[in-house]
Amino acid sequence: MNGRRYWRSLGQRQDSPEFRQWLEREFPQLASEWTGSRRTLLRLMAASFGLAGLTACRRPAERILPAGRGIEGYVPGRPLYYATIMTLSGLATGLLVETHEGRPTKIEGNPEHPSSRGAATAFAQAAILGLYDPDRSRSVLRQGRRSSWEELAGFLPSHFRAAGRGEGLWVVSSAIGSPTLARLKALLLEKYPRARWIEYEPLGREQEWEGSRLAFGRALQPQLRLDQAEVILSLDADFLGLDCLAPAWIQDFARRRRISSPGGGMNRLYVVETAYSLTGAMADHRRRARPSEIPALAQELARALGLAGELPVLQPGPPRTWAEAVARDLRRHPGRCLVLAGPRQPAAVHALVHWINHALGNVGRTVHYTEPPVQTQAEGLRDLAAEAASGGLRTLVILGGNPVYDAPADLDFSTVMRKAPVSIHLGPEADETAALASWHVPEAHFLESWGDGRALDGTASIQQPLIEPLFGGKTAGELAAWIAGHPRQRAYDLVRDYWTARWPKGDAERLWQRSLHDGVIPETAFPAVRPVLDEPRLRALLAAPLPAGEELEVTFLPSASTYDGRFANNGWLQEAPEPITKLTWDNAALISPATARRLGLEAGDLAALERAGRRIVMPVWIQPGHADGAVSLTLGYGRLRCGRVGRGIGHNAYPLRLGGPSPHPAGLRLSKLGRKYPLAVTQEHHSMEGRPLVREATLDEFRRNPDFTAREGPKVERFSLFREHAYTQGHQWGMAVDLNACIGCNACLLACQAENNIPIVGKEQVRRGREMHWIRLDRYYAGGEDDPQVVWQPVACQQCEMAPCETVCPVAATNHSPEGLNDMTYNRCIGTRYCANNCPYKVRRFNFLDYHKGLEEIHKMAYNPDVTVRMRGVMEKCTYCVQRIEEKRIQAKAEGRRPLRDGEILTACQQTCPAEAIVFGDLNDPESRVSRLKRDPRNYSLLGELNTRPRTSYLAKLRNPNPELEGLESS
Amino acid sequence: MTGGPSGSSVYGVAAEFEDAARLLHALRELRRRGYARLDACTPFPVHGIEQALGLRRSPLGWVALAAGVAGAAGALLLQWWTGSVAYPLVIGGKPFFALEVSVPVAFELAVLLASFAAVLGMLALNGLPRLYHPSLRHSRFRRASDDGFLLIVESDGPHFQPERALEALRSLGGRQAEVLEE
Amino acid sequence: MATVFSSPESALVLGRPSLAEVTRTVAGIVERRTPRAWWVAFALTGSLTLVLLAMLGYLVSTGIGVWGNNSPVGWAFDITNFVFWIGIGHAGTLISAILYLFRQRWRTSINRFAEAMTLFAVACAAIFPMFHVGRPWRAYWLFPAPNAWLGLWPNFRSPLIWDVFAVSTYGTVSLLFWYVGLIPDLATLRDRAQSRARQVIYGVLSLGWRGSARHWNHYEMAYLLLAGLSTPLVLSVHSIVSFDFAVSLLPGWHTTIFPPYFVAGAIFSGFAMVVTLMVVARQAFGLQHLVTMKHLENMNKVMLATGLIVGYAYGVEFFIAWYSGNPYERFAFVNRALGPYGWAYWIMVAANVLAPQCFWFRRVRTSLPAMFLISILVNLGMWFERFVIIVSSLHRDFLPSAWGMFRPTWVDLLTLAGSFGLFLTLFLLFVRFLPLISMSEVKGMMAAREGV
Repeated sequence: MNGRRYWRSLGQRQDSPEFRQWLEREFPQLASEWTGSRRTLLRLMAASFGLAGLTACRRPAERILPAGRGIEGYVPGRPLYYATIMTLSGLATGLLVETHEGRPTKIEGNPEHPSSRGAATAFAQAAILGLYDPDRSRSVLRQGRRSSWEELAGFLPSHFRAAGRGEGLWVVSSAIGSPTLARLKALLLEKYPRARWIEYEPLGREQEWEGSRLAFGRALQPQLRLDQAEVILSLDADFLGLDCLAPAWIQDFARRRRISSPGGGMNRLYVVETAYSLTGAMADHRRRARPSEIPALAQELARALGLAGELPVLQPGPPRTWAEAVARDLRRHPGRCLVLAGPRQPAAVHALVHWINHALGNVGRTVHYTEPPVQTQAEGLRDLAAEAASGGLRTLVILGGNPVYDAPADLDFSTVMRKAPVSIHLGPEADETAALASWHVPEAHFLESWGDGRALDGTASIQQPLIEPLFGGKTAGELAAWIAGHPRQRAYDLVRDYWTARWPKGDAERLWQRSLHDGVIPETAFPAVRPVLDEPRLRALLAAPLPAGEELEVTFLPSASTYDGRFANNGWLQEAPEPITKLTWDNAALISPATARRLGLEAGDLAALERAGRRIVMPVWIQPGHADGAVSLTLGYGRLRCGRVGRGIGHNAYPLRLGGPSPHPAGLRLSKLGRKYPLAVTQEHHSMEGRPLVREATLDEFRRNPDFTAREGPKVERFSLFREHAYTQGHQWGMAVDLNACIGCNACLLACQAENNIPIVGKEQVRRGREMHWIRLDRYYAGGEDDPQVVWQPVACQQCEMAPCETVCPVAATNHSPEGLNDMTYNRCIGTRYCANNCPYKVRRFNFLDYHKGLEEIHKMAYNPDVTVRMRGVMEKCTYCVQRIEEKRIQAKAEGRRPLRDGEILTACQQTCPAEAIVFGDLNDPESRVSRLKRDPRNYSLLGELNTRPRTSYLAKLRNPNPELEGLESS
Repeated sequence: MTGGPSGSSVYGVAAEFEDAARLLHALRELRRRGYARLDACTPFPVHGIEQALGLRRSPLGWVALAAGVAGAAGALLLQWWTGSVAYPLVIGGKPFFALEVSVPVAFELAVLLASFAAVLGMLALNGLPRLYHPSLRHSRFRRASDDGFLLIVESDGPHFQPERALEALRSLGGRQAEVLEE
Repeated sequence: MATVFSSPESALVLGRPSLAEVTRTVAGIVERRTPRAWWVAFALTGSLTLVLLAMLGYLVSTGIGVWGNNSPVGWAFDITNFVFWIGIGHAGTLISAILYLFRQRWRTSINRFAEAMTLFAVACAAIFPMFHVGRPWRAYWLFPAPNAWLGLWPNFRSPLIWDVFAVSTYGTVSLLFWYVGLIPDLATLRDRAQSRARQVIYGVLSLGWRGSARHWNHYEMAYLLLAGLSTPLVLSVHSIVSFDFAVSLLPGWHTTIFPPYFVAGAIFSGFAMVVTLMVVARQAFGLQHLVTMKHLENMNKVMLATGLIVGYAYGVEFFIAWYSGNPYERFAFVNRALGPYGWAYWIMVAANVLAPQCFWFRRVRTSLPAMFLISILVNLGMWFERFVIIVSSLHRDFLPSAWGMFRPTWVDLLTLAGSFGLFLTLFLLFVRFLPLISMSEVKGMMAAREGV
């Protein structure tokens, strides 16, 4: 189709310098300094005109199946939903992808899938933008110069014919969860027995598997049942945040937080961690500890539980008292509690945790074990480096991943690359690794290629493409097959053959269809295994002395925006505020206020960090609640070879990250540079100033006086100077947000951005306070700056019945719908900003500049056709996803004027919220979920005393502290 | 001056006076002598000249009042009609029309229309703008906007005798007594 | 008031100039050859005006983003400048109208001048509401005509619409008032004109005014009416401008004291501007015997009085904030004085409350340099007053999570500077081509003195 011709023609222009130049200029996502001219915009339009119509018919050649119940075939203008999966670090989460006229526009979680259960993470939401990223590599590169598939096809067979039994052939791939790829790996190793294949993930979980080996003699995957746990202790495991392996965990956890009546109960969460994480924010008791202190605490706990060692590990003092109190609490809930350890903890701690769970009778109840769906071998890279040094390395194949950027610094992977006579890199972008490879092969995006993968519990799914590869591109499977001597194998055949071969002949077709339709392959979850605990070894383990702590310890965190660096070129993620720090477009070295005082540092100071002879420069950010004497470095920034969005954004922390059998926090030196670095945060003030914004109580207080929310806030009088409009007819939309369930992840924010075509504005504009997000995750600290608690409050337009914004608009551009929506008429707005000034919630967003200007056509493919793109000079804000309300209304009408069902209309934020904290519905239906929540004693209106009558209300937050620990937090 | 006396094409006669006092005196005197149609051109409003000329109080006030009332009424009507008839919108949960919020606009429109009425009415009553007038013919007319005081005796019909009028003006101290042609 | 200012007219016109002399002095300014100094000044202000145009062009072509405005500070320099200029524009009408009704003879030599200032200030003010909107090309939707192809009407509940009516009415009526006052003097210029061009132009402008007794009869009534109408108008305009804030629910804005407080502030700043300009003008054009120290002193007294009112308002605001017991209100005012913009607040207090106190002393009241300096300080202070009210209230309101800071950009600053350029340019044109003192009124007053 001629869509291709367009790309080739653009490709030809690609190398001309002025082409690059205007791309640079015309890419607002990049525009930290906003510049641009209409002329260049017109040129861009002209250049990409052809695509507009053509991309509409880029459906994959192979037959894919919609997941919509019953609806097959497609009605123009009607979106279709397809089930597929997204794989991160080898683990699959099930997705439903909305497509309009054959182009994916929105991602939701697949309700059928065990690990997503209808929720989608921020990363999944943002994948749409990743698909249409114009900076993805568009052609095969040879020695960094443009080459062609033909040339590659010429090279590969000849080269590997000479590969013999695979001497000196090394393959480095990302974690393999895909059964098909695993089989191809086996095939390849069959053909080249001497070759070695290493699976590597920068955020791999080697320590966990090592821990289970220590405990059970084999690598096992703990499968959590958080919904069964009354008491949870997390040792540096951010299981609600970036260490979350399955969104379903959040759902399970949140279900035990939700509490309908004072009679109800909720779980209790203890967290020990260094930096402030989402999990820490939810904790009922959070203990900040330096990395080196956490193993000690774990041992103390084991002792307190009477597992091993009679003598206390810790000196008498708060930590010990704390551990003992927690131990007692755990012992009170045998089989109904759960202890977790995070990937940053050494194997010994994991082993200990297995033992503790075993001893508490949790195994089989709150946790059971299965085969691990993925396994990585970071240490294998060490052998590779050795072989390279010895000159034995002949061919290096890198199937995905970016080791030059993210491999352990002490391995110096770039030299490994240089040592390799032939290196072939498969990746989505021409990244740091591609730059050093003799061949770079574009990798297809998961939304445009066939594949399969396993969820954490082993459930397998087929990855269906939603669109033809936009820039060509192959999958790891295709390339592996090619190398293994099966050239021109299409991913579709690879996957289909693998699975149909495993099914009874007659049934294969039906099963295939069903798997595509449901997004899961039946009966593929791993069976539980009952491992035997190797107690003697564990005792020996406990006997081993712990490494001593240091003045300044270091720990490395994944980034909420770029994960391990792979999403660096995604503008949505870059501009999404880091949940705790609210930093955008940057990472920083996090330190506690006390440490900052000790080192004479202020937020934004540039500091030099040195470790093992390597030195990086990074701005410092002061993080209340961070452990003293420790520095947390966020990974995934400072990409140098990257698209125009991510290039040079933030500072790279990988150079300080060393490999080795177990993570050790030692040997960091930090020195102030005396220079400042501008950081862009979306929230500059962190205290509630004693205002009753987020209302909170302990479970006991709630039980004693269930109406504490009303008492906490000022009296709300419903009076009016005039006769009010009655909102009793038809539907009356409203929303309730359960602050007790909200975990503060950014999923809703990104879902809203994707659903409502919300632009991103770039670092400079964020610094000026012009971010456009319609929903804000307000994060407040409660308590002293050294060890505060965190509370969340998602704030979007409250849809006030007495909306102050409406009264002051001179042109009546914002007014009320009969269903109680605070409508915003974009094409009537002249942009006085008076409404925003008069909005007590400050949820209105103004287009100070033309933030959509000069987007490439390919970028515009991500737009939701049901939502207007707002022009410069216009005010915008949350609409309760009015387009979704209308869609369902029309659908209901089409289906014989049936009434709308409660829960039929989901706002984008609600649909993706893994904690199910947001409920939207009809207030006129007394039985709707939202109506019931509004009757909850915890329900209150934000700033209700202003008599604005918000349609959105909040359910007060509860914590469930352990009375034994009164007054220990502050220490 | 032939035919002048016939008075057919004569507008009137005019003479200049030293100052306001003499002007006033002359005016009063002439009226006593029965000259009905008198006028004066002065550089500033001379105090008491209205009585001397027997001018009635200007009716402008009533004109302005009417206009003001019309403005206010119109404004209220506009706000009521647009808000609750032409395009009713629920805004901030407030009524479609309320007197309180309508006051400012009503007041402003009242003032606006009244002011226009006052100014336009003044011009209309004065027959302005008018670029030509016989009194401009008088050789000393220009002084009248500087420091001269011009007294004009207008012809009140065929029986008007310019000579006698000129005589009268001279006798009352008028200088440059001249006949003004139409 | 009448007693405070009642004064022997002798102090208002020095010496015993003849009517002709008055004409010569005033009309002379217009008829004389343009002095070089005027050209120099005009070049300067003219180029500043061009800067203003350039900035507005950049703004319209690029977006409000070229200013420092943001969320939460949706209004900043734009509305600050608007209120500032509107305030300046109050002295003119006040002097012409209110003092006229109070029969304050001392107004005569300065009213024309002040009225002109009013017009130009209002012109400058009008720019900002027009261009502060995101889509200026749609600003006409603010006027009550069925627009936007749907027969849509403005929202008459919005104070911004009241503003539109108030400001446009005020501008129009001030223009009428000013022009009516000019007609007799234009006639004078017509009659004195030598060149044909001047004869035609002034001839047309003076509408054939003859100074006939009948003319004067209606004329004086019209003038009285305009004065009577302008008096409530001038008070209403700034009251309505203050509604922009008072009607909102923002702590620091939502205050019932605003209307009187704003009006007093407006008079205050207006008189300050008159003094600033008058001190220069009377020297430049040798009008000392027509614009006497008595005039200036009286204006300084007005400044002292209104300055005290403004200071009182500042105090009351704080008292009420405390007395209300409303935590948001309390915070807003503590933040106003001690927050990040405290410096602006204290500039305001120093310039508006402290500086005018010097006018208690006759020596200061009658010293040209002193009054010049103080009047400039007051202008500065009054600009900061509006900045403080707008920005310090907006930047920290109800939800701390949404708090932010405003930093002006160079475009903000140049636009403000440019508006002064426009103001002064119009002024220079005025003094060059129109009589800056009302000759007929001065003559009338002199005649009255003769007791005729």
